[in-house]
Amino acid sequence: MSPLDFLFGTTWDPQIAIRADQVAAKGAFGAVPLFAGTFLIMLIAMSVAAPVGLFSAIYLSEYASGWTRAVVKPLLEVLAGVPTVVYGFFAALTVGPLFRGFFNAVGAELVGGPLDGLGLYLMQVQNQMALVAGAVMGIMLIPFVSSLSDDILNAVPQSLRDGSLAMGATRSETVKKVVLPAALPGIMGALLLAVSRAVGETMIVTMAAGLQAKTTLNPLDTVTTVTVQIVTLLTGDQEFDSPKTLSAFGLGLALFAITLALNVVALRIVQKYREQYD
Amino acid sequence: MNLNPHISVDVQHAVLPSRAVKVRARDVNVFYGDKQALFDVSLDMPERSVTALIGPSGCGKSTFLRCINRMNDTIAGARVEGSIELDGEDVNDRSLDPVLLRARVGMVFQKPNPFPKSIYENVAYGPRIHGLATSKSELDAVVEQSLKQAGLWNEVSDRLQQSGSSLSGGQQQRLVIARAIAVRPEVILMDEPCSALDPIATARVEELMDDLRQSFTIVIVTHSMAQAARVSQKTAFFHMGKLVEAGPTDEVFTNPRDTRTQDYITGRFG
Amino acid sequence: MTDAVLSPPAAGQADRNAAIAARLKRRRAQERRFRWYGRAAILVALSFLAILLGRIGLQGYSTFVDYRITVPVYVDPARVDRADITGANYDQLIAEAVLARLGERDDEFGRTSGKLRELLSNDLGFQVLDIVRADPAKIGQTVSVTGPVGADAGLYFKGQIDRAAPESDRKLDDQQLAWLDRLKADGLISSGFNTSFFTKSDSTEPEQAGVLGAVVGSFLMLIVTAGLAVPIGMLAAVYLEEFAPKNRWTDLIEVNINNLAAVPSIVYGLLGLAVFINWLAVPRSSPLVGGLVLALMSLPTVIIATRAALKAVPPSIREAALAVGASRTQTVFHHVLPLAMPGVMTGAILSLAHALGETAPLLMIGMVSFVPGVPGGFTESATVLPVQIFIWENASERAFHERTAAAILVLLVFMILMNLAAILLRRRFERRW
Repeated sequence: MSPLDFLFGTTWDPQIAIRADQVAAKGAFGAVPLFAGTFLIMLIAMSVAAPVGLFSAIYLSEYASGWTRAVVKPLLEVLAGVPTVVYGFFAALTVGPLFRGFFNAVGAELVGGPLDGLGLYLMQVQNQMALVAGAVMGIMLIPFVSSLSDDILNAVPQSLRDGSLAMGATRSETVKKVVLPAALPGIMGALLLAVSRAVGETMIVTMAAGLQAKTTLNPLDTVTTVTVQIVTLLTGDQEFDSPKTLSAFGLGLALFAITLALNVVALRIVQKYREQYD
Repeated sequence: MNLNPHISVDVQHAVLPSRAVKVRARDVNVFYGDKQALFDVSLDMPERSVTALIGPSGCGKSTFLRCINRMNDTIAGARVEGSIELDGEDVNDRSLDPVLLRARVGMVFQKPNPFPKSIYENVAYGPRIHGLATSKSELDAVVEQSLKQAGLWNEVSDRLQQSGSSLSGGQQQRLVIARAIAVRPEVILMDEPCSALDPIATARVEELMDDLRQSFTIVIVTHSMAQAARVSQKTAFFHMGKLVEAGPTDEVFTNPRDTRTQDYITGRFG
Repeated sequence: MTDAVLSPPAAGQADRNAAIAARLKRRRAQERRFRWYGRAAILVALSFLAILLGRIGLQGYSTFVDYRITVPVYVDPARVDRADITGANYDQLIAEAVLARLGERDDEFGRTSGKLRELLSNDLGFQVLDIVRADPAKIGQTVSVTGPVGADAGLYFKGQIDRAAPESDRKLDDQQLAWLDRLKADGLISSGFNTSFFTKSDSTEPEQAGVLGAVVGSFLMLIVTAGLAVPIGMLAAVYLEEFAPKNRWTDLIEVNINNLAAVPSIVYGLLGLAVFINWLAVPRSSPLVGGLVLALMSLPTVIIATRAALKAVPPSIREAALAVGASRTQTVFHHVLPLAMPGVMTGAILSLAHALGETAPLLMIGMVSFVPGVPGGFTESATVLPVQIFIWENASERAFHERTAAAILVLLVFMILMNLAAILLRRRFERRW
């Protein structure tokens, strides 16, 4: 199996390779659908975590009284300290059935109407949709985004805020037109770090996302991710040099490379940004 | 002109004969939490002239300055008592929005604080947020006039799109002044505007102040008595949160009434 | 100077102020809306926290109550062979004893007793077996045993089986529910605090499954992690901060430590599988290998925390020690490190708390296996709390779901305790220079 086929192959079906004498003994180890699934879930997670985390950070650093900060920040840290397996449990047994019930109900309403096709589709939505894992991962990342962004907003010199307020700008104008543009590189770095976390997150997707490798952007579809496949391939006893194990290590290496690249870029951006105001 | 009864009985509040009072402070007390930072300060600041607030550090002169455009509002736990009137209108009145007040009373800070934007955008900031320019060409004109009046136009006219922080310290401070005057305020507050500048840059800013007082009322906080003597027409001396003495600059410097003022301007403490 | 344009006449000033004032209402509305977005974001985040914890609490708290049945059983010599004590069907004996109490008669195929056996835990049978095995003289006598009711019967008493639902949709039929009601009314079934959840280990039967094995496994693993990560991380940080020359190599190491702290935990699991298990042949599934992997994972955070604590010690302390003639080593170990210790310990506890909740890398090194006992040592097969949660979550029986939530509550209590310890340590020794 060549690295190129591995990285750019579009079919992932490792379960075929059980016995050497089987017809399709080689299995299919094209990782593109896995990266696509990882990307989709990351996208959903960031679309929850980025706005909520960022606006929380803005409120905490620009508006909140000392008392509010003293209460809210530790509570957000609790959210950050919850183990990922707990989020996974929450996703699989609470959010999954809830979303499924919601979409199925909406589907049942639509069937027979002008959106009949959509209704039928919604009625068949499964617990393991990308939306569930993505949304719960987003919740997990909220405190991560908010605490990093809070640090970065606090590093914007007070003199810039004073300058803007003294011109007669309102607080929100000051935030939107002066503080955020000044903090933008740092916030980008923080978001990249969150992306790296989302890509490497394992438990939530293992417990709440599916196993079907699909290349899709439909959040209601079942997708699988790189980390889910590593877990699936390596739990249970395996020969160390079987194609399954090797491909799991291949995936691990790719995951390491991607997250490392993201971290290096993100940390460098944040570092540069800090130096700017030192 | 409404002559306050205080003025006739209290020489400290004497106004310059030819100038109307632009900003009038009466019995101003400021508290930061439990700590009182200003005690019963009453002072008139005449229009289209420079009033200098001097005194040793921590004497409350910056605190007083920040009362005039209500920048103390932004500090948690700060409380202001007494009245400060801008053209007879109380700045602390609930009906006066601080946004409008600050559009009328601009401020320049100790350290140059250009926004991390282009030179053009820095100057255009105020007119944009207040909606003062209706067209691009009008905005261009405001930016050009402000930079010209701040004496910076010749140095930056060919690089308006460069970042404001690429300028030298003295240029940055003049950029910040241009930014302040772009909204055409009535009063400009300056909080030690030259303390971070070298002597040559300081001289340029001082010259600029002299030009600006043709159009604006200026109140400047400075720790440099020489600067106060050079640029101001009226000087007020603060000590330990109290206004000790105020009057025409040449009188305060040549013939101070209070021994503390005398000690300070002759360099015995500070 | 272009004074004519620049000094606005009083009339122009009034116009300008009016223009600004005219826009104020809209700007204030914008301001309120923006502030409201921030409040909403915080509200959303906090309500997620409340829903998450509340939901798990609601799912899990019922585990802490259990329903026990006390049955007097006549150990019939005709059914229990002295020569083959373990060969007897004690579950059936117990079921028949209960049936007799209820005044029911078994049919010839044993269907009725079979239905009754579904209501009882097989733990009761094992208890009778243990009694008889310990004292064979009990054969022919009546012994009384107390044990949990079956998982579904437990769910019924906890109100999680809906009586109004059609019989075919329920795990228990009308007759079984009627029996349970009568047993309860007769006082044979009592409820109380579920101690067995804390004194038993994993089991295939939900009503007998407990967290003791997982708690002990977590504890053993954390000992390994703490024993490795804290001293190594601390010394590495001391070297980097106090002794290492500042050059390109140390810069590179510093950057890489920061990067390693952000590497996904599953990658550490893969590393552990390849290095510790396949190469160094450390026993799979053991607290030792789990601890090794988590120690690798925690090292960067311990190093970062220690360096931060060392940086917070002012240089004047070092200069003072050096000035009185202490060597650099003495300065660091006698003066700087003791002062930095509270900060170091706080950081170490927090990273251990994080390690306690970590699951993904442990799946890679075989800790997902079913371990019914309490691990006796570092090299024996073990499971840990978060992995136990993962295993139970995967189980199909509904009764395991409440145990999963309860195990999460136990895990969260441990994590909260560790975090509190860190906070107290920080409060107690906080120093402002």
